[in-house]
Amino acid sequence: MPMDTSASDVILRVEDLHKRYGKDEVLKGVSLELRRGQTKVIIGPSGTGKSTLLRCINQLSVPDKGRVWLEDVEITQPRTNINQARAQIGFVFQDFNLFAHLTALDNVALGLVKVRKMPKRDALVRANEELARVGLAEKVGSYPAELSGGQKQRVSIARALAMDPKLILFDEPTSALDPELIGEVLEVMIQLARGGMTMIVVSHEMGFARAVADRIIFMEGGVILEEGTPAELFTCPRCERTGQFLRKITELYGETNGR
Amino acid sequence: MNYFEFVGMILPRLLRATVVTLELTAIGVGSGFVLGLFLALTRVYTHRVLSGIANVYIQFFRATPLVVQTLIIYFGLPPYFRAIGLRPMSPFVAACVALGLNSAAYQAEYLRGAIQAIPSGQMLAARSMGMTKAQAVRSVILPQALRIVLPSWSNELIYTLLYSSVAYFVTLEDLTFASMKIAAKYFRAFDAYSAAAILYLVIVILLSRLLAYVEARLRIPGLSVDDRAR
Repeated sequence: MPMDTSASDVILRVEDLHKRYGKDEVLKGVSLELRRGQTKVIIGPSGTGKSTLLRCINQLSVPDKGRVWLEDVEITQPRTNINQARAQIGFVFQDFNLFAHLTALDNVALGLVKVRKMPKRDALVRANEELARVGLAEKVGSYPAELSGGQKQRVSIARALAMDPKLILFDEPTSALDPELIGEVLEVMIQLARGGMTMIVVSHEMGFARAVADRIIFMEGGVILEEGTPAELFTCPRCERTGQFLRKITELYGETNGR
Repeated sequence: MNYFEFVGMILPRLLRATVVTLELTAIGVGSGFVLGLFLALTRVYTHRVLSGIANVYIQFFRATPLVVQTLIIYFGLPPYFRAIGLRPMSPFVAACVALGLNSAAYQAEYLRGAIQAIPSGQMLAARSMGMTKAQAVRSVILPQALRIVLPSWSNELIYTLLYSSVAYFVTLEDLTFASMKIAAKYFRAFDAYSAAAILYLVIVILLSRLLAYVEARLRIPGLSVDDRAR
């Protein structure tokens, strides 16, 4: 595949990623591209490599083969400073992974102080702003164990936002939440997408996908089976499997949560 | 001379010896913590060879008696020390080294358990923000692991205080050895030993109080079981 760096608004380029865990080949050659401000939603049955793909993008898992570029920096290059690259890629986990010993405020400020080397006072100001942006101005002093699942996930989104990332990867951000808490998290994500944030979201929230996804990617068996706009995929998917999966998911989850 | 007059007479000597006991405890636990933390981090975060060496160290010191370790250090090593031109250790230094090396092995295991009890996702989250492994360990893992380890660490502190009586084997006059000498000199074994026992007891009670206070101060809101829970 030729490398075209002239398309300057390409934020992320993934080329032919392969990843194997023991005997299982989880990714069998995945390529994708993300432009500034784009939101792509990845759907697909469990165990098809969606989470692995996200982790291979920021090298939390090291891919066996394939390359990843963040703008014109190849992060799969061993000489690239991976910590610098990761600082520009937000990551939101399914189970939040907040730092249990820190308040919401300090959770958000930690990366600014340690990675961005920002003075503590400025970091706290910024952390306050980000928590207000996700609707948690009242909760800055709370510890993770004192927050609901939806609040925890919003703190973790604020933590990612504070770093001024070039894009954010969401790994099933609502899957660990009670149904009534999903909405508040999706609402924040919809705001972000509409505000021009560049995002890849692994999620089965079809309402959300329909509302903000520029493209939906259907993955199965370690490869991308189909990619298209929500309208294309929902109305007449080219692949039989994509249609089947979408009908099943819509039946199971409904579309009520996103708006 | 009744019991209290006798104890009053020997008390100054016992208190001087108590200072030695406290010094041994502080130095033993302190140096054991530094070395133990290093061993625990090596066990958890390095690969086979280094981790294996740390493991051998831990197993050796946990599988042999502290007394034997102390005898090796004080009586066994001096010829080798002289061979390389070093002066043999004084009784005090030898006792500190033995206690420190021994306590390190136990503290390493407590710390390893505590580090591994921190959900691995927090390390992932820290790394995903661009923190180095060392930064993540320092700012995320250790602050939590040290809180978790505190109760077992309190035990270790008390054990080290009590085991510092190995000072006897290197002829260092700590609280235990002082009471032995007094018992032999005045033929009043019960009086001398019970006085020593009471002093140990008082120190342990004070230390436990202090540690319980520290534990309460460092508690993470919402994380621990409610004090009033049944």
